[in-house]
Amino acid sequence: MIAPHGVRASTTAPPAARPRTPPRGGVGSDAARPDGPPKVSGAFAFSSDLYAEHMLWGRTLRSPHPAARIVDVDVSEAAAMPGVHAVVTARDVPGRPTYGLEHPDQPVFADDVVRYQGEPVAAVAADHPELAWRATQAIRVTYEELDPLVDAEEAIDAAPIHPDGNVFRHLPIRHGDPDARGDVTVEGTYEVGMQDQAFMGPESGLAIPDGDGGVELYISTQWLHVDREQVAACLDLPPDRVRLTLAGVGGAFGAREDVSLQVHVCLLALRTGRPVKMLYSREESFFGHVHRHPARLWYRHHAERDGTLVKVEARLLLDGGAYASSSTAVIANASCFAAGPYRVPNAVIDGWVVRTNNPPCGAMRGFGAVQTCFAHEAQMDKLAAALDLDPIELRLRNVLRTGDTLVTGQVIRGTAPVREVIEAARDHPLPSEDDADPLTLPGGAGRTADRADVLRGIGFAVGFKNLMYSEGFDDFSTASVRLERGGDGEPVATVHCAAAEVGQGFVTLAQQIVRSVLGVDQVILRPADTQVGSAGSTSASRQTWMSGGAVQTAATAVRDALLRRVGERRGVDVQGARRQLLRLDDGAIVHADDPSFRIPLAEALENGSIEETREYHHDPTDPLDADGQGDAHVAFAFAAHRAVVDVDPELGLIRVVQIATGQDVGRALNPVQVTGQIEGGIAQGLGLAVMEEILVSEGKVLNPSFTDYLIPTTLDMPPVLATLIEQPEPGAPFGAKGVGEPPTISSTPAIVAAVRAATGLDLIRVPVRPPDIALADRPV
Amino acid sequence: MSGEPTPGYAAAGRSEGSAVPDEAGPSEAPLAAESETYELTVNGRALSVQSAWIGESLLHVLRERLGLPGSKNACEQGECGSCSVLLDDALVCACCVLAADAVGSAITTVEGLGADGPTDVQRAFLETGAVQCGFCTPGLIVTIHDLLDRDAEPSDLAIQEALAGNLCRCTGYGRILEAVHRVRAERAGQAAR
Repeated sequence: MIAPHGVRASTTAPPAARPRTPPRGGVGSDAARPDGPPKVSGAFAFSSDLYAEHMLWGRTLRSPHPAARIVDVDVSEAAAMPGVHAVVTARDVPGRPTYGLEHPDQPVFADDVVRYQGEPVAAVAADHPELAWRATQAIRVTYEELDPLVDAEEAIDAAPIHPDGNVFRHLPIRHGDPDARGDVTVEGTYEVGMQDQAFMGPESGLAIPDGDGGVELYISTQWLHVDREQVAACLDLPPDRVRLTLAGVGGAFGAREDVSLQVHVCLLALRTGRPVKMLYSREESFFGHVHRHPARLWYRHHAERDGTLVKVEARLLLDGGAYASSSTAVIANASCFAAGPYRVPNAVIDGWVVRTNNPPCGAMRGFGAVQTCFAHEAQMDKLAAALDLDPIELRLRNVLRTGDTLVTGQVIRGTAPVREVIEAARDHPLPSEDDADPLTLPGGAGRTADRADVLRGIGFAVGFKNLMYSEGFDDFSTASVRLERGGDGEPVATVHCAAAEVGQGFVTLAQQIVRSVLGVDQVILRPADTQVGSAGSTSASRQTWMSGGAVQTAATAVRDALLRRVGERRGVDVQGARRQLLRLDDGAIVHADDPSFRIPLAEALENGSIEETREYHHDPTDPLDADGQGDAHVAFAFAAHRAVVDVDPELGLIRVVQIATGQDVGRALNPVQVTGQIEGGIAQGLGLAVMEEILVSEGKVLNPSFTDYLIPTTLDMPPVLATLIEQPEPGAPFGAKGVGEPPTISSTPAIVAAVRAATGLDLIRVPVRPPDIALADRPV
Repeated sequence: MSGEPTPGYAAAGRSEGSAVPDEAGPSEAPLAAESETYELTVNGRALSVQSAWIGESLLHVLRERLGLPGSKNACEQGECGSCSVLLDDALVCACCVLAADAVGSAITTVEGLGADGPTDVQRAFLETGAVQCGFCTPGLIVTIHDLLDRDAEPSDLAIQEALAGNLCRCTGYGRILEAVHRVRAERAGQAAR
């Protein structure tokens, strides 16, 4: 049975937040994706589908060692191969030798040392991908292997493996009375394995030299402008000589925030004077992007006998791997949200993220909040058991509300429907235990268990995180909207915004927003590129708010300019003494006092098009002080998950039977797309709970393939019952919150809580592996 | 650069169905001894593959030589189903078939399914919200056609089993399964009439 998509529970929506008559396909409707038809026909051009005349194929040579000194790189044999047009190494990088999202500490090519297995050492361009591969095999690199630093705890005091040191960031949070004590304490240590984003479309791009020293790059990425900055710096070109255009993106989930092949492919194109295409294999993709930080987490919760939380103590240690990427922001999230969406008056939290010779880690959906949610929710269950309280009741007694203070000292000003998301998840019907096909038991078609041998459990978890960028970052997006008469004489709007569409459906929202503001049916989207201002990153659940805000603001400016134009031409005031006189209503400009005044949009546009460009900034935030205190975040989104699982205790196999969720969405601008985000986010949370882990031994990845790194299939995903809690967020465009990340945060701990409930085991680590159950000492 | 822009996106893709001549030249001599010229029958058309390296997979030849990039390259080791095509009516991963081995077989790709406008499966995907990034979509479309053409009324579980070889990372499969259920109901309704 497949659940119908999102039940919507609108609560306390001020009527002003809703447009009077939503135009067809406007905000709030289930408008269809504009890129849907080419995506189902196969005609949509992903970055890996690109082609240019006289195109060469690029390929990277990567280090087989996690730590080594490079003694010599001899490219002479490779460079002499017929059909090979360029071989480049560190010495060929004309500009800054390093790049990085926040700190440029990562070499374009390793020079003197390599710090992780898979670090690029050289790249080639050849006539055929097979020739390119053979050329990389003809490059002679002499390494002197070093002992890899692979333990995050040792890294803190170990000899630095990089000039910038081994500690990316230590973030202490001291809130309230550090010596406060509760009547009851529970303590635990937890671990989170390294998860991969595993987007379907591997890294790929096409670079075309412009013949004048510059380069055009067609690329799948999350943030065109920050890629351009890094490419330009490394190529020693002014930014306007590097033009990026978004090519079709096959999913992202954080893994495309960092530069992968961008510098390499542009360098090869400039070297050869020919277009160069690079395309990672799945194996190379595992080495070509950052992963979710593995974590070790220690917690102690203090509470009064009635369950009121008194204090949370936590020590968080994240392994950032070889380079900084976004580690400093990930640990900020892990730390700021370490106590969960609860009122916690006292907190002593220390977050650390360190450098090792393990694979570099950075952004992945949930961004730090995933790791600590797994721990704080296990702690809440432990506390409920110690207090003999129902776990949901314990959570309800401590939920955050608007006006409450976080452990960072920040007061929540926006909506915080934590109680509502919990109750919504709790109140969905539970699945029956009896009528299931035996093939749906753990083990599936293997028929390894009978119903009587299978244990069922139910688990619950709640989580939250920030929306948009934090800690004082000047976060903005730019959009340009043009309104004109199209060839058919009808009004048509054109949007130009660099927001990266990675599958989430921003392209749909941009059209919906313009339809709602301008009342036009036809909305054309120009390709996202660097010819318009930055839209910021498609990450941190921020594009609906930020680029949605930019599009809304630009469209509103177009509307106002049009009203002024009509007012001047007709000699009437736009604005009266007490109210607006001219309005755009249902495709025409109307006058409040004159029912006969009605100028259709197409007629108003006879004198030419109107175009406006706007930057949208969210409210400023502050850095965190030495005690981790400050108004560092703009807004928050919450979700709760209830999981039902079946477990075969003898083989340790788990089948997730159902997930129920309540999610705080502010307002659903496109309910079907919101449902898609919720179901997809839960699938990734399920993956982390029971199957997904990059296995790393002595710095080497053991399973860089979809044969050995398992992600959920149709048989692993249960029905999802979702309730959207719609309380419009003050200050957010249309009241909408970002919705991408919360589904991934608390679904993992809910599933593991259900497995604990079924088995009675502690299960302090995700993913839960079969031996963790089958070989565990059974509780008495 | 050739090809029509795809709405909303930059496109440097080739136009669908055009046989793009191989980039042959003196510099490709090193693979000449390992190359063959042969003909493939794709979507009912005989297409010539000129002096192609014999190690090329069917997926590579479709995408890079025959201008048919609809079949996707997510894993290239037979795990993800994104390159699903029909080879003489058998559902295969094009990445695991040597192109030169497909000579004499009838090959059907996603481009061949919707040649006369969107199929019922493609329409259902659009209507239910089954498309997000879309990278898995072509493979799923081919797989679902194969399933429903063999069994017009598969059980829910049979649908899940049939689709388990097609990985999707965006959707969690909920809308995709709803799309399949919709087509199943539509076809059952048509059969009853």
